[in-house]
Amino acid sequence: MTKILKPDNAEQVLDAVKWAVSEATPLEIRGRGTKDGFGRPVQAGRVLDLSNLSGISFYDPGELVMTVGPATPMAEIEQALADANQELQFEPMDLGVLYGNASGAGATGSIGGVIAANLSGPRRVKSGAARDHFLGFQAVSGRGEVFKSGGRVMKNVTGFDLSKLMAGSFGTLAVMTEVTLKVLPRPEKTRTVLLMGTDDTTAVGALCDALGSSHEVAGAAHLPADVAARSGVGYVSGAGSAVTAVRIEGPGPSVEHRCNALRGMFGKLGAVEELHSHNSVAFWREVRDAKPFAGDLADRQVWRISVPPTAGPGVGRRLIDALGGEVFYDWGGGLIWFALDPRADAGAGAVRAAIQDCGGHATLIRAAADVRQTVDVFQPQPEPLAELSKRVKGAFDPEGILNPGRMVAGV
Amino acid sequence: MQMPDPDQGVLDRRADIVAAMRAIVPGEGVIADDAMLKAFECDGLMAYRQLPLVVVLPETTAQVSAILKYCHEHGVKIVPRGAGTGLSGGALPLADAITLGLSKFNRVLEIDYPNRCAVVQPGVTNLGITKAVEGDGFYYAPDPSSQIACSIGGNIAENSGGVHCLKYGLTTNNVLGVEMVLMDGTVLRLGGKHLDSGGYDLLGVLTGSEGLLGVITEVTVRILKKPETARAVLLGFNSSEQGGDCVAAIINAGIIPGGIEMMDKPAIHATEEFVHAGYPLDVEALLIVELDGPQVEVDYLIERVGEIAKGEGAVYSRISENEEERAAFWSGRKNAFPAVGRMSPDYICMDGTIPRNKLALVLQRMNEMSAKYGLRVANVFHAGDGNLHPLIMFDANQPGELDKAEEFGADILKLCVEVGGVLTGEHGVGVEKRDLMGEMFTEDDLKQQQRVKCAFDPNHQLNPGKVYPTLHRCAELGRMHISRGQVPFPDIPRF
Repeated sequence: MTKILKPDNAEQVLDAVKWAVSEATPLEIRGRGTKDGFGRPVQAGRVLDLSNLSGISFYDPGELVMTVGPATPMAEIEQALADANQELQFEPMDLGVLYGNASGAGATGSIGGVIAANLSGPRRVKSGAARDHFLGFQAVSGRGEVFKSGGRVMKNVTGFDLSKLMAGSFGTLAVMTEVTLKVLPRPEKTRTVLLMGTDDTTAVGALCDALGSSHEVAGAAHLPADVAARSGVGYVSGAGSAVTAVRIEGPGPSVEHRCNALRGMFGKLGAVEELHSHNSVAFWREVRDAKPFAGDLADRQVWRISVPPTAGPGVGRRLIDALGGEVFYDWGGGLIWFALDPRADAGAGAVRAAIQDCGGHATLIRAAADVRQTVDVFQPQPEPLAELSKRVKGAFDPEGILNPGRMVAGV
Repeated sequence: MQMPDPDQGVLDRRADIVAAMRAIVPGEGVIADDAMLKAFECDGLMAYRQLPLVVVLPETTAQVSAILKYCHEHGVKIVPRGAGTGLSGGALPLADAITLGLSKFNRVLEIDYPNRCAVVQPGVTNLGITKAVEGDGFYYAPDPSSQIACSIGGNIAENSGGVHCLKYGLTTNNVLGVEMVLMDGTVLRLGGKHLDSGGYDLLGVLTGSEGLLGVITEVTVRILKKPETARAVLLGFNSSEQGGDCVAAIINAGIIPGGIEMMDKPAIHATEEFVHAGYPLDVEALLIVELDGPQVEVDYLIERVGEIAKGEGAVYSRISENEEERAAFWSGRKNAFPAVGRMSPDYICMDGTIPRNKLALVLQRMNEMSAKYGLRVANVFHAGDGNLHPLIMFDANQPGELDKAEEFGADILKLCVEVGGVLTGEHGVGVEKRDLMGEMFTEDDLKQQQRVKCAFDPNHQLNPGKVYPTLHRCAELGRMHISRGQVPFPDIPRF
């Protein structure tokens, strides 16, 4: 028998999981296989390859809803949405950039992987993550039972919101066979206001002011000088200094008005520049995909750290003091991307110590498999919370058939 | 409505339980007097009433933890209660359960403008959060109609929405963290001032769980700066179909209004008579579209919305020219429930959600049902997100009318599911829609949800009899039927 089970439809997924349960053979759940480097390595007897569960089965732009197979390529979804002038507003990052497996022809990976990893992007601060746009699904639990939750409507409190549990569960609870997402119109215009040459603390202060304004900021990032220098956008790489960026989206006259207001706010702190549509799109894609830590820095280990925004600069300083490396900030300071030279422990102790006081969580997003095997990839939880999470896992997958150990060793 | 049989053993131990509660919560925080218990006999779904065993109103997390721990050890059930404004009976007491009221958790603990969040206790009202931050130009976005009275803890339990949620999200999109207590007394923190979490999104499943998973004792919410300005436009149509098409056309043009509401003719007339909002009385459907943002954006978009509406056959159009007019436009819609209340001795409010393009069909079928049952119905509709609130009018003093109204309501909700929608958008299942869950979910769907419940509350002590029509014991739910090596899987070799 082959190592790979490749069902053609939801019924065969059910057969495969039932078989795996009866044989006590754990399954590694895979959509397009582009995020194998995310999470702990899974020890499984078989791979459950969902790549045939692909395609858009329902899309009505007027209803702002799309239903697809879990392995539908992100590139296909983004194209279909673009054709109707819509988008996934949560702007999921393309991990192919960081993992070096991007094909170059559109986004990498599948929608199922995006949901399973609860991905998001710079617009997280305004519009949320995958969890916030995931309306419903059909799945096969680790018990070998078909179930669904949610629906095809925006507003729904009928029964527990299991979609939230599925988002970010890395395939450890159930195998999704169909997913429904909320989609939204693309903004008419996008521009970016840049502030040059400020230190991290001043920059994050400015970003928090911008986010706390009525200007509906849709991206708030800060790139220290070394990081900014690697940008593919000339205005940013050529600045020769740190670059702080705020994205404004919407109808033309409104974007114009709000950019002017932000230029006024930032003008007191340093030189101000503006990126128009083309450069804005390119710049925020780099921020979204953590591109400054790809390419030449592909051998570095990378952490993704979420903290209260104002705590960002202090955490960044502690990380560099303890471990060296580089940081840059998204989410107004609330998201810290940290790259360091490879270590056997990925500096996990120092990383988690750096956020101990302010609260938050740190995820080791890029490291060799042997490192991810021994280091806690996801933030360790206090005992009672870890116990509850274990019971939730047991509620879906009591035999530990689905992606065992992907998130937590032994679970 | 069949509730779980009261446990006679618990009823017999009432005096002991009251004494134990008094030892945990001193003074007036324990209510055992029948006359005073009466104030807690129902929530916003007033057709169902039951005196609780006892009401306890703790003030600290430690007290909540001690109460739950005692109840866990002594087999006593708990019904959590916020402000008691829920419309689906989620806080309906049980004869053998303690009603745990969170009304004394009413303090705003911290306002953190740089991180754009507020930390509050769960009994703070929805509007209370906005009041605490509006002096600095901030607000809390979800705004259910009951926002003056409803508590943020209750909002989390029901995942409340409001009229602005297409643009600004529901409660679940605006809550960052909670402190909660499990049934065994364990105190947990989920989330915080940062975004997302490292493990399973337990905060996400807690939101909308109707008091079945835990008791919330602290809440961190996202706050936003108020938009610079807002303007509303009233648009009248000769059919609800045209109104629905206009909503789709606005969205298809890439415009997501801050609020977009629709009323049918009976609702227009009822509200106009009540508050004199200035609504046109000769239209079949009325849209209120509100744009918010910078003045220049609002002026630009409201003009475009006007043009789109004209193209969709609008026969009436009026743009608010000042704040007073804007408030007047909303006054009718916001008073729709009491306005209907004036027209009829009693009414029940339904809460289905439908795909928006099914609106005309649903309204037409609803009119047929109205004729069949001989009961009037008025409709207000959160048109942006498809959430429909039919208000069924009846007279409870007429024998059989309540039953008829409930049957009518059930038929509407079944219709919502039939056209691809759901039973409840924001009011919750509670007891009201509990027995309709089978219309939408299979037995396996419901069992899987209850297994999640078991992970939090293995003995079904928290709010039993709500949401799920059949209570399965957790041991039974957890059992697996595996026959190793005997299950035929003809498909496997083909993979």
